[in-house]
Amino acid sequence: MEFQQIITAIFVSAAASLLGSFAILKRMALVGDALSHVALPGIALALIFHFNPFLGAIAFLAVAVFGIWLVEYQSKLSIETIVGVFFAASLALGAIITPDHELLEAMLGNITTISRQESIVSIILSIFLIAVILKIRKKLALNMVSQELSQSIGIENKQLELVYLLIFALAVALGIRFVGALLMGSLVIIPAASAKNIAKNLNSFMSLSVIFGVLAAILGIYFSQIYNLSPGPVFILISAGIFIVSMIMRKFVK
Amino acid sequence: MKILEVKNLNVEINGIHILNDINFEVERGEILAIIGPNGAGKTILLKSLLGLIDYQGEIKWNKIYGEKIKIGYVPQRMDIETDIPLSVEEFLNLSGDSSKQKIKEAIKAVQLDEKILKSGFGEISIGQRQRILVAWAILGNPQVLLFDEPTADIDIAGQESIYKMLHKLHRDLNLSIILISHDLNVVFRYAHKAICLNRKKICEGSPKEILNTENLLELYGGEKAFYHHDHHH
Repeated sequence: MEFQQIITAIFVSAAASLLGSFAILKRMALVGDALSHVALPGIALALIFHFNPFLGAIAFLAVAVFGIWLVEYQSKLSIETIVGVFFAASLALGAIITPDHELLEAMLGNITTISRQESIVSIILSIFLIAVILKIRKKLALNMVSQELSQSIGIENKQLELVYLLIFALAVALGIRFVGALLMGSLVIIPAASAKNIAKNLNSFMSLSVIFGVLAAILGIYFSQIYNLSPGPVFILISAGIFIVSMIMRKFVK
Repeated sequence: MKILEVKNLNVEINGIHILNDINFEVERGEILAIIGPNGAGKTILLKSLLGLIDYQGEIKWNKIYGEKIKIGYVPQRMDIETDIPLSVEEFLNLSGDSSKQKIKEAIKAVQLDEKILKSGFGEISIGQRQRILVAWAILGNPQVLLFDEPTADIDIAGQESIYKMLHKLHRDLNLSIILISHDLNVVFRYAHKAICLNRKKICEGSPKEILNTENLLELYGGEKAFYHHDHHH
């Protein structure tokens, strides 16, 4: 049982932190964080009507992603403004409609109750996510360095950004079981933020981000079992600890 | 042989006419300079040539020996963080799969040392970055290079050497070059043809013919100042 949790957490965290390296480059930390909040009303509805919370989350996320994508290209409002307002509202809505006894789990996650079937689906989707990111990593990196340059060599930036947001949504849906809607953004961002402190090139950045994510996942589950704590918050605390160490190391590496 | 024909080009952004009825042509191997004051639409012109923005009118890139023309683009500046985890070598590899050998050749062509490949793309100087962007552009084997004020943020000595390098690339690779420049000295020395632009085309011709006081006054708003002076006298 414990082994199954650890394996699932490793894959989900690896996918999320690999994605995170691009979220950091694109300075999309806030969007990612807010996006995870959108999942909450979806989870709530799933709990009320007894269907799989993962499906509820992914449905709400898909709508939100298309929303962001359209807003980015259609309106002149800053995306951060829209995201800030709309997504905080959906967190509030989610908090109200989620049944009380389920609220904590939806907010903070709980991987200890994960079924074998859920584990397998999570692992397969994580592998799919990693494969997609590795496949489009050069295009993504170029898009993030300069949209003009990427457009000038024929990359369709709009499509690329939609793909990016969709895989982001998938990562959020996957991670929610582990760390919950409230902390999901951190699952994506913190390992990459730590890696950025010491990495000098893209390859080491992506690898370190994944290593930190996986390390925090293993330690997170391990300590949560020993001290009988909720694994999500423990994971985030360990991640933050790694971040602090990386900040200190930055002085010596850079 | 003409490689580019622009006819009645109009660009409107948010209801403002940025470019009005622009017409010009570029010959193979020609260096064309676009000059004009800030806000004249120079960058917008380059972007429409690249197909990066919507326009009305015709922009026709002709084929060379039956093959579609390849364009290299060097943007004016890039806002990137100094600690971006991306090495110069990785950046040069983002456009496709360039062999190590090709990347080294490109670095040599822009007169940099191979050692720079291991440096961070955000930590090199602006002049070096400009050269790396040129290297990036020539890795795609272009027949035309588009430069948006390649030396905007570089000191005078650095500017001089960038233009020398461009001139050499032009000779060695038989490139056509379309460049935006503020520096009339450079235009005089290197360009075969110049276009004065301020929302519309004000003059066109060889730099020696057209860069006279009268045209420059009109281009940079001198005449407008005189007009106001007369009006209020």
